[in-house]
Amino acid sequence: MVTHADAPVLELEGVRKTFGSVVALADGTLSVQPGSVHALVGENGAGKSTLIKIVAGLHKRDEGAFRFRGVDAEFSSTADAKDAGIAVIYQEPTLFPDLSVTENIFMGRQPLSGGKRIDRQTMVTEALQIFDRLGVDLDPHRPAQGLSIADQQIIEIAKAISLDAHLLIMDEPTAALSGVEVERLFNVTRSLRDEGRGIVFISHRFDEVFDLSDTITVMRDGSYIGTVRTNETSNSELVTMMVGREVNELYPKTPTEIGQTVLEVEGLNSKGTFHDVSFSVRAGEIVGLAGLVGAGRSEIARAVFGVDTYDSGTVSLGNQRVPKSKPAAAIEAGMALIPEDRRQQGLVVESSVAENIGAAIRKRLQKFGIITRAAENRAASSWAGRLQVKTAAMSMSAATMSGGNQQKVVIAKWLATDPKLLIIDEPTRGIDVGTKSEVHRLLSQLAGEGMAILMISSELPEVLGMADRVLVVSEGHITAELDREDATPEKVMHAATARREEAVERSGKSQTDDLVTAGEVQGDEHSSAVETQAEGEHPTVRQERGDLPRDGHCSGDLRCHSGRHEPEPEFPLQLPRLARPAAHSLHPDGSCHRLSDRHRHAQRRSVGGLHACDHCIHDR
Amino acid sequence: MNSTTTRAGADSSAAEKVSLGEDAPRTYKQYHRPWFFRTFITTEFLIIALLAMVWIWANISVDGFSGPLTVRYLLLDIAPLMMIALPMTLIIVTGQIDLSVASTMGLSSVVVGIAHVQWGLSLPMAGMLAILVGVACGAFNGFFVAYVKLPSLAVTIGTLALFRGLAVGLLGTTALTDFDPDWTSLAGASIGDTRVPLVVVPVVGLIAIFVVLLHFTPFGRGLYDIGHNDVTARFSGVNVARSQMITFVLSGAVSAFAGIYYTLRYGNSRGDNAMGLELEVIAAVLLGGVLIFGGRGALHGVLAGVLLIGVISSALRLEGVTVNVINIIIGVLLIASVITPQIVGGLQRRSPKKRKAAS
Repeated sequence: MVTHADAPVLELEGVRKTFGSVVALADGTLSVQPGSVHALVGENGAGKSTLIKIVAGLHKRDEGAFRFRGVDAEFSSTADAKDAGIAVIYQEPTLFPDLSVTENIFMGRQPLSGGKRIDRQTMVTEALQIFDRLGVDLDPHRPAQGLSIADQQIIEIAKAISLDAHLLIMDEPTAALSGVEVERLFNVTRSLRDEGRGIVFISHRFDEVFDLSDTITVMRDGSYIGTVRTNETSNSELVTMMVGREVNELYPKTPTEIGQTVLEVEGLNSKGTFHDVSFSVRAGEIVGLAGLVGAGRSEIARAVFGVDTYDSGTVSLGNQRVPKSKPAAAIEAGMALIPEDRRQQGLVVESSVAENIGAAIRKRLQKFGIITRAAENRAASSWAGRLQVKTAAMSMSAATMSGGNQQKVVIAKWLATDPKLLIIDEPTRGIDVGTKSEVHRLLSQLAGEGMAILMISSELPEVLGMADRVLVVSEGHITAELDREDATPEKVMHAATARREEAVERSGKSQTDDLVTAGEVQGDEHSSAVETQAEGEHPTVRQERGDLPRDGHCSGDLRCHSGRHEPEPEFPLQLPRLARPAAHSLHPDGSCHRLSDRHRHAQRRSVGGLHACDHCIHDR
Repeated sequence: MNSTTTRAGADSSAAEKVSLGEDAPRTYKQYHRPWFFRTFITTEFLIIALLAMVWIWANISVDGFSGPLTVRYLLLDIAPLMMIALPMTLIIVTGQIDLSVASTMGLSSVVVGIAHVQWGLSLPMAGMLAILVGVACGAFNGFFVAYVKLPSLAVTIGTLALFRGLAVGLLGTTALTDFDPDWTSLAGASIGDTRVPLVVVPVVGLIAIFVVLLHFTPFGRGLYDIGHNDVTARFSGVNVARSQMITFVLSGAVSAFAGIYYTLRYGNSRGDNAMGLELEVIAAVLLGGVLIFGGRGALHGVLAGVLLIGVISSALRLEGVTVNVINIIIGVLLIASVITPQIVGGLQRRSPKKRKAAS
């Protein structure tokens, strides 16, 4: 524990919060010194957000001590917390889009001149003063609408400064920012720190945590694990504290013996969705289906499984034709599909764990047409046990489980069908690093036992790390097929952004070869030729190759949502579905990161309480 | 191991090899609430308790309720309600509704009347014909709901008028009463020397069939899935459209059977028989704890709901309360029944916490 002469700005000790029978926070302990940036890290569901919400006055704690500036605090509303001097900056700023920048800053406490009229002049002057201090150049009269997320956060910070907040809490403020914007935010944060304010910084990006903070508190499973000084710790120590064990191997792909063809898809067409899709998956093989979000990957998987129909083509499993649009027949034939949206497609969240796990094998559990709860429980608990599902009992509903646990239930449900072919769509979306590596290990193990696996993923490192073979989908066409050795981020990303005309004109493979050669020739220099040549290649890919500075500043690529630019004209494709595509990129340190556009974010947050960046904590 | 591994079900050898982590597989409790809570702190049990209270109250303070004939007439009266509530439960569990059941009863009553009285068919033959008509009615509803994907509320409110219109159109304002007396007396007969009416036998048979169907078959589990989340149901291999079709066909067939019973019990075949019964059926089902949005409910609750409505009506009638007032009371009960699941839900959420605090 760091000791300072002054009293801590914020002190929490053994704070507990339960929602019904769910313990969201068991032991919240945090001590923030003035003039310090304190990072709060932990996996999904570690209780960070709950802790913040208690400090912000959104939730009331059940037990524990909460002192603000040395005085016991009891906030019954966010307004109370604000008045006391606590400002919270969320990942998604909450501004009034139609009001001006100045009006947003002074919302609810506008300075008044005589006659109770709002003193606009004072407001504007003060706003300009604050902007000056922050070193930003914003027009105080413009509406908040249309501002980049970074600028909106600046406004939130300006709000905090105008409030003279003693404690500034930033909840994943960098999730949607580009490198330059992150740097500006950090500079502002440092100057606030130097003014003697206390800052709590939540992030999943370790490089940022190490860059900005001086003290780090780690939480796990709703409990306080420990506090360390940033300059005395290491990446791996933090991960160990967070996960409770060493996460040694991220992609534990073991070489397997590849057997006979299990799935054979030929000439599959669905008007307007995908065209002439042919591929096969063999026993023991993991085939990755890569591509941008909206390229038609999930649609292909759904058609193969029979949830959607298709216009022409054939699907066969082990030389047997699988009838189209009959999921029951596909299951019977030995196919399993773990869908991308586990709450909407994978689970009946209101039903119990046992009912969920048993849902796809009811026909096998029945005896003389009768299915009993006992049979269901037996099958379900054996599978839940093997996948280490965390639940109090088989009769608990799946609704309150964490994302990783829910995913385990869905996986258990489908492994229970004993499939020959497992199609898994976004296997680790929104789940924490520990569960993530468990899922990867499991996939590897299943392939080793001879299961054919078709894995769809938007995370390039996952595809490259796990797949024996990578199929790249762009605009409903398979534009490349790459073996494990050949699959590089550049090749995949290029094929994923291939235009349809090119894809039709030339075979996907030769096309990528051409381009990669071009890229290699000029790869040494930070050449603009690469940019023009590989038009549409994601800047982060270049960055990983070393073409871009490490700050990861994005120069205006459509598919990158980290910049301020609107995704518009540079990429004049007729891709209605790609208009807001791949909310995904690679982080400067080479780890995976899913940058999200705002819509996705808002949606996911409202649906599952998941934060889009919660699954990207990797060792450098 | 390769793709030719035999697939022997949930406990196959492949399953045993798959596990995460070095730790031994976890084991789980089957239920998170002790048997007392999960049995008695339920909406269904609340209705059963209410039924018992009303029953005791009626026996003590309603003159003539404790008499020997009350139960007999109660059972005779609620038999159609009880029968139709069974398929209605299935339909509401899937998140749909069938408003045309009473009209199907009326049509069935007219068909059995015309076939038996006017055409001279034997009653079993006429009954078969009526049930076929009921199946057709249900299939008509089911087609539009399950395959055309129209909302069942719209479809069945249309067929409520359509089937009733057909019934009244076929027979006009006349009533056919010239039924084979052997059959009409059978509808009111008792089992042996007891006072238990014979109609209890087919009713109990239907109850048994529907309990098994809803609570002990993959089909029934699928209905709950459909009610909660039909997308997941489809992903899990449940044939959503066919399941919905089956529930509507069952509803049509059972309604037709209830229509035949109704015709024989009152000895007349009229186009306006059983008018408005659909609301009583739906009230009973919801009162029994079935969630109107689908996904939750159990038949023991529905049985209690039907009996509760029957007991209240007959007790109040004996008290001399008018039908309008009885309808008001049933309406209030219905609204209460929509609120109770939330109250019980709250109790259920609280009970484990209390125990945890105690331990």
